[in-house]
Amino acid sequence: MTAKVTVADVERVAELAHLELAPEEVEPMLRDLNAILDYVAELNELDTTGIEPLAQVSELESAAHPEPRPDRLAPSLARSAVMAQAPETDGAFFKVPKVIER
Amino acid sequence: MASETTTAESYVEKPKTLAALREEISSGRTKAADLANEYYARIEKKNPRLNIYLSFTKERAMAQAAHIDNLAAKGDPLPPLAGIPTGLKDVMVVQGAPSTAGSKILQGYQPPYDCTAVARLEAAGAVLLGKLNCDQFAMGSSNENSAYGPVRNPVDTERVPGGSSGGSAAAVAANLAVATLGSDTGGSIRQPASFCGVVGVLPTYGRVSRYGLIAYASSLDRIGPFSANVRDAATLLGVIAGHDPKDATSSAAPVEDYAAQSDKPVKEPGKGGLRIGVPAEYFAEGLDPEVRAAIEKGIAALEAAGCAIKPVSLPHTKYAVPTYYLVATAEASANLARFDGVRYGYRSPRSATLSDMYSHSRDEGFGAEVKRRIFLGTYALSAGYYDAYYLKAQQVRRILAEEFLRAFAEVDAIVTPTSPFPAFKIGEKTGDPLAMYLADIYTVTASLAGICGVTVPCGTTQAGLPVGMQILARHLGESTAFRVARAVEAANS
Repeated sequence: MTAKVTVADVERVAELAHLELAPEEVEPMLRDLNAILDYVAELNELDTTGIEPLAQVSELESAAHPEPRPDRLAPSLARSAVMAQAPETDGAFFKVPKVIER
Repeated sequence: MASETTTAESYVEKPKTLAALREEISSGRTKAADLANEYYARIEKKNPRLNIYLSFTKERAMAQAAHIDNLAAKGDPLPPLAGIPTGLKDVMVVQGAPSTAGSKILQGYQPPYDCTAVARLEAAGAVLLGKLNCDQFAMGSSNENSAYGPVRNPVDTERVPGGSSGGSAAAVAANLAVATLGSDTGGSIRQPASFCGVVGVLPTYGRVSRYGLIAYASSLDRIGPFSANVRDAATLLGVIAGHDPKDATSSAAPVEDYAAQSDKPVKEPGKGGLRIGVPAEYFAEGLDPEVRAAIEKGIAALEAAGCAIKPVSLPHTKYAVPTYYLVATAEASANLARFDGVRYGYRSPRSATLSDMYSHSRDEGFGAEVKRRIFLGTYALSAGYYDAYYLKAQQVRRILAEEFLRAFAEVDAIVTPTSPFPAFKIGEKTGDPLAMYLADIYTVTASLAGICGVTVPCGTTQAGLPVGMQILARHLGESTAFRVARAVEAANS
């Protein structure tokens, strides 16, 4: 958990997150990430062996959540209202640039 | 400088109470339409300097005001928030109105539906004036991460209002709305409320539906109200709380009459007073001495009102900020994947292929802090690091939550400072992301544990900056938190 982030890591993460960084953004991102990761490494002081991870706090609120409702059909948003917000559409579908480079 | 202080102070103005406005509107002495216009006029005057409102919903507001005036003219019973001018943090969607989340990536987006919280406000008669500035995607502790410029603190316009719901807090402090809604993921309601000298509520996780809230970190995000006094905050929570079939995480627990509950004194005749826990870990190194003095005075006032003050121990508190930043950024990296230039929002014109379009749109649309958090979260979830970072943080999250549950076996509420320091200067912390994260040191714990809390004004520093006391209560213990907050409020007024 004390691994230093490298330029190669930043490039790998950028690809995973679909975020490109301008060349001048790489150094500051590297610096900030390393500072933050050094800080979060404090968690290594704690022995967490055998502790169940807590992903959702709802389980701590006893009986506050109902049984799932039965499935039923209900109208969803009008296609025209949704498509009105799309950057590019033919009215029925979202249009995007080509997927495969030749 | 004295002259600066004098100018700045003119921005602060206390809204009337809900009870007073209700009386004026139901008697016909004040028309809801006139009240809305009065607020729009004040906004026009103050907003250019304070930068609180990003957009207005005037047509919708005037239609609602006319409806209320109609009911009042006929002598019909009025709903609880009839004619009350309100504002909404711009991370909640309203049909046909801009909803930017403070980011360029949603510029021009006009959602096709209403969030549940605002639908409930309006069903209760509230008038929605417009949308309020905030840190981009609710990520920030100062409002300086908004793509539309920072909000200025009405108490001192050279200072930040806190974040991320800075516009929601500042609007109430400057009387540019009687009440507002914000969202809190790691302190984003409580910290700005304390910086601006208003009341802010962190409801229990699941107490208020998040349907229509633009998600940041789904296991942490909550919606809650801001107001100028505790009783009004309790009334507002009563209106927006409750199960919503459109949010599977919303709680089905009955909604209490929080306002009536808040009227109960902290010590009822013939009974012992509420037991108030004071955790030493929240009064350690790094706490501003003036903030400490104000909070200690507030605790003394609670004791004088009949509360039993007890030390409690929350020894893992120092691990909360690192835990929070791993959990929140991991969830954010997943939630913000939806901003891809395909279905809504910004699409980069420099896009020859689909893959280019994703990365160019996100790179040009997101601000620096949003990218930093997506990076951190993606890194913490990536192959080889998942166990060391994300899983570890979730394990520590359980330790922190259980620590609170143990403390609440001994006490009814826990009181702490809301923030280690009062509002800081604009630009003071922008160069150091880690220093900014540490501003959340007293608020992230309750976020991780899912418990509820209220921040209430508790004195000021010598320079006149507000100090807030955070009152935490167990899951669904809002009524208790409001009762304690009323006692602190009474002692400070």
